[in-house]
Amino acid sequence: MKQYILRRVGYSLLSMFLLSLVIFLFVRVTGDPVSLLVEPGASPEDIENMRRQFGLDQPLWVQYWHFMASLATGDLGQSFYYRTPVLELYFQRLPNSLLLASVAMTLSLLIGIPSGILAAVRVDGFWDSAGKIFALLGLSLPSFWVGLVLILFFSVYLGWLPSSGSGTPLHLLMPAFTLGWYFAAAHMRLTRSSMLEVLGSEYIKLARLKGLPEALVIGKHALKNALIPVITLAGINLVVMINVAVVVETVFAWPGIGRLLYEGITFRDFPIVQGVVVIGGAMIVLVNLFVDILYALIDPRIRLES
Amino acid sequence: MSSQPLLSLENLSAHYVSQQGTRVVRAVDDVTLSVAAGGTLGIVGESGSGKSTLALTILRLLPPAARIVSGRMMFEGENLLDKSDEEMRRVRGKRIAMILQDPMASLNPLFSIGNQVGEPLRVHERASRANAWERAVALLKSVRIASPETRVSQFPHEMSGGMRQRIVGAIGISCEPRLLIADEPTTSLDLTIQAQYLNLLRDLQREHGLALIFITHNLGIVAKMCDQLAVMYAGRVVEQGPVSRIFSAPAHPYTKALLGSIPRMTDNREHLTAIEGQPPDLSSLPPGCAFAPRCPMAFARCRAEAPPEAAIDEGRTARCWLAVPGAGAKAEMNRSAVA
Amino acid sequence: MAVTTPPLAATAAADVSPTAFWRLKGFPLIPVMILLFIAFVAVFADVLAPHDPQVGSLARRFRPPFWQEGGSMTYLLGTDHVGRDVLSRLIFGARVSMIVGITAVLVAGGIGTLLGIVSGYLGGWADQVVMRITDTWLALPALTFAIFLAAIVGPSELNIIVILGLVYWTRYARVIRGEVLSLKQREFVRLAIVAGCSKRVIMWRHILPNVINSAVVLATLMLGVVIVTEASLSFLGVGVPPPKPAWGLMMADGKKGLMVGYWWLTVLPGLCIMLMVLSANLLGDWLRVKLDPQLRQL
Repeated sequence: MKQYILRRVGYSLLSMFLLSLVIFLFVRVTGDPVSLLVEPGASPEDIENMRRQFGLDQPLWVQYWHFMASLATGDLGQSFYYRTPVLELYFQRLPNSLLLASVAMTLSLLIGIPSGILAAVRVDGFWDSAGKIFALLGLSLPSFWVGLVLILFFSVYLGWLPSSGSGTPLHLLMPAFTLGWYFAAAHMRLTRSSMLEVLGSEYIKLARLKGLPEALVIGKHALKNALIPVITLAGINLVVMINVAVVVETVFAWPGIGRLLYEGITFRDFPIVQGVVVIGGAMIVLVNLFVDILYALIDPRIRLES
Repeated sequence: MSSQPLLSLENLSAHYVSQQGTRVVRAVDDVTLSVAAGGTLGIVGESGSGKSTLALTILRLLPPAARIVSGRMMFEGENLLDKSDEEMRRVRGKRIAMILQDPMASLNPLFSIGNQVGEPLRVHERASRANAWERAVALLKSVRIASPETRVSQFPHEMSGGMRQRIVGAIGISCEPRLLIADEPTTSLDLTIQAQYLNLLRDLQREHGLALIFITHNLGIVAKMCDQLAVMYAGRVVEQGPVSRIFSAPAHPYTKALLGSIPRMTDNREHLTAIEGQPPDLSSLPPGCAFAPRCPMAFARCRAEAPPEAAIDEGRTARCWLAVPGAGAKAEMNRSAVA
Repeated sequence: MAVTTPPLAATAAADVSPTAFWRLKGFPLIPVMILLFIAFVAVFADVLAPHDPQVGSLARRFRPPFWQEGGSMTYLLGTDHVGRDVLSRLIFGARVSMIVGITAVLVAGGIGTLLGIVSGYLGGWADQVVMRITDTWLALPALTFAIFLAAIVGPSELNIIVILGLVYWTRYARVIRGEVLSLKQREFVRLAIVAGCSKRVIMWRHILPNVINSAVVLATLMLGVVIVTEASLSFLGVGVPPPKPAWGLMMADGKKGLMVGYWWLTVLPGLCIMLMVLSANLLGDWLRVKLDPQLRQL
């Protein structure tokens, strides 16, 4: 067990290292790094200073070393526009994104899991077909379109919900639904296939042979086994949600990480963009690690495997 | 005391039908069998002979693609086919129990042994959690698992194969059923453990007055454990009767072939005898006897018409034209004419 | 699974599922027709579009579609915030979507299949390297990565294609590698090795034709994803740059008029995207089942 954890942690460290390398290389190697790292509208002397400061005239590996060193200290540069360290900005906005993602995730699970179970239990029945259509739509409709249509109906035509900003639970409804929409379909599909697989197993057969009521067969024996991959995915998706919320947050002007990224792009504030991507990537690697370890703790089979 | 058998299947047929209704697989075809209370019936056949499907049919746990098409299943005087789903559910596990072949797969990996062994008690007898747990320990002891108090809180993957199969057995007898169906219970066990397990089953049978149905392809187990035998081929019962008499004088050519193909230490043969040909495709059976294509004694009538179950003597039947007086005589005449 | 009533006639009625509508004897007729239609529109955009998509007049801005009050037949689907004809922009947008979508899928597929074959067949350190890179790539959500790259190189149609190809090749590599791994065990590959064929020859002549199936299925499934990503990028302003009429871009512009009820600027482009993606997905699903049952877990 311990070996498993150690191996897993090492693997994550490797991933993060590679990730930083990739990000670094893309910035330095493609195009003109100076134009990215320097404020728009800087004078030539400033540019020269910056060039030296960033060490852009130095060999690549020296630059990388500096890059990693500053990453290690949490220095992700400073936003041109806000004139505050990127890290600070990030953590300022993070709670908003977490709130949105949590609600969206809850919605997606509330919709996805029961419909997935229903679809599996009544394979090829009405619910299964409905579920398949739902899954298809979830994949095919771009989330921002869903969001805009929702605004059209609920803000413009009906006037029930506010179309942007944050502050009240009402502000949260539409963005959370829009963000959760795609994931609900994904969770539904996974629940369905996982459930189907479990329902075909021998221990379910035995459970029925024992004369257990169907509700117990499904609710106790099938469910716990079937939900393992779903919960795993959901955990990871929470972090993914925070990162891909950029579009939804833009549509609804929700003040989270996604909107921060949008501002970074629009105002050519590159430190923000780089910072969000670096942290985002690191978060995903970490959550994968966390979920894997948690999984090992919960599933008694892995627990004793050394 | 009634001499009525505990379980009596009469002309039972179960078919799988393809979605468009075109292909029909007669998985269980006109089966008539009975098991006496406390008796042991062995059901023997190749893969695809319908023996496992028969077990599921008795418990009415066939997949949706299959239907019970005709016949009766009398258990303790009631026709199981007349029961509602809920009534049937109460029969399963409580009055008729079943052991599956692969013990590792039959046990839910996420729940403790105690939880799974005690479950039928909680459902059928409304035992409390504590009571079910205690009784689970006692059940583990009765299937001869060492240190049951520790084992009961462990998980399936922590047990050896032999232990798991005993646990499955414990689950089977937990509610004191009248009939226990064991589907290839020893196939996944090591040889050395098989004998132990079979002894255990026999002891349990005696202690609890269980009737046992043994589904297997292994005639050795039948010889050891069963008093009655039914041989199945292509979904039909081709021979049945007391084990000793069938073994000493098999009536159906298929039974003869099966018995003849067991290598014996005393044999001086140089070749192993296998049965020629392939098991039949159940969705397109020939019009006559299903075994005719592979039967060394088949004659014209066998291929044209399916034989009925003919009584050979007291308590024995065989589904073969050779067993029908008159039809067989013709065959003798034909052969002697040619010779 | 309990059987209910016993002595029943044996036939079970076949269920007709709602997706059967799309499928006419299995073949997804309607999705394919939609895709062909869009392709047709894309190719003949110059001829089909009633107006120049990039020319607008402020006097004619925000006209609604013809069936609403204030609309006219000249501008069938209305005009946008600078007076350009929506229908024409939608038609030319099809061209953009098609070109970007298909090219990006080809680029991603090409790189991914190649690396998948190499890493799967050669194994060893080549495999390790490719796999580590793939894992790293996959650690970032595609959209975030694409935004990052777009912010660096700046938006242009070509850049977007390259970026999308770069972002999505890993999904190919993973799947193809898996296929190759199982192919390696097959008889005909072993025979080729024994016969002394060089690795390159084996990979090109034996492995590649056998993974083409999976690559094609993946390509159709990926098409939808790529288009949605491209639309998202354009919506955010880092995709296809104005004034080129990309559907995503149209929706971003359309947002300006949304609060006052100018719905057609956002809903219509979105519908186009949806139709294209939905058709691609349905086609991909059908192909997946038809060409390779092994891929069903995708």
